[in-house]
Amino acid sequence: MLKIARSHVDAMISHARADHPDEACGVIIGAAGSDQPTRLVQMINADRSPTFFRFDPAEQFRLYQEMDANDEEIIVVYHSHTATEAYPSRTDISLAAEPQAHYVLVSTAESGNQDGPVEIRSYRILDRVVTEEEIEITE
Amino acid sequence: MSIEVRIPTILRTFTGGAKAVHGDGATLLQVIDDVEARHPGLKERLVEEHGLRRFVNVYVNDEDVRFAGGLQAPTADGDVVVVLPAVAGG
Repeated sequence: MLKIARSHVDAMISHARADHPDEACGVIIGAAGSDQPTRLVQMINADRSPTFFRFDPAEQFRLYQEMDANDEEIIVVYHSHTATEAYPSRTDISLAAEPQAHYVLVSTAESGNQDGPVEIRSYRILDRVVTEEEIEITE
Repeated sequence: MSIEVRIPTILRTFTGGAKAVHGDGATLLQVIDDVEARHPGLKERLVEEHGLRRFVNVYVNDEDVRFAGGLQAPTADGDVVVVLPAVAGG
């Protein structure tokens, strides 16, 4: 299960809508081992593509240094799908490299940049096995 | 053994859970080969036929090795090597 604040859910959806038709991506970090998402960080999609995303390596390294200094880790990795459903693609599955993370997918396929229906779902991806999980939103 | 190599969570299965290991070498490749001798299987996750694997980022003293010669990036006593898998997908 992913327990997450409403404000974080809203922020991920806003980010996805704003970047549509490119995939948006980012993380929510928290104290190492806590499984509690605390601070959302939007990341640059270095691929700037409607079908791929990749964290800019320099930005990811700076994030790593900050997390290392503060004993934090990535709790949520989120990205959007702009034309397909909010389910991990084969690429998502093969590249998932944060075993402790909840992988959140947002789909803007239906409404694009507009306010309108959006799909948001969460998964664990471990050793290439995808398991969907419930999202519990705290107000 | 004087070069610290920081290992991301996903590769700690090769190091018995250790977050960092130590090695020696004058280039990143030599350090990887040295570490591989004690932690078999790690190299294959980092290196492919043409060099560093595409979705693996490696830093030597905060510098991305892709701008410092890749696997031939020079390394020396006291250096810190950080391995960071890319976060990417589609």
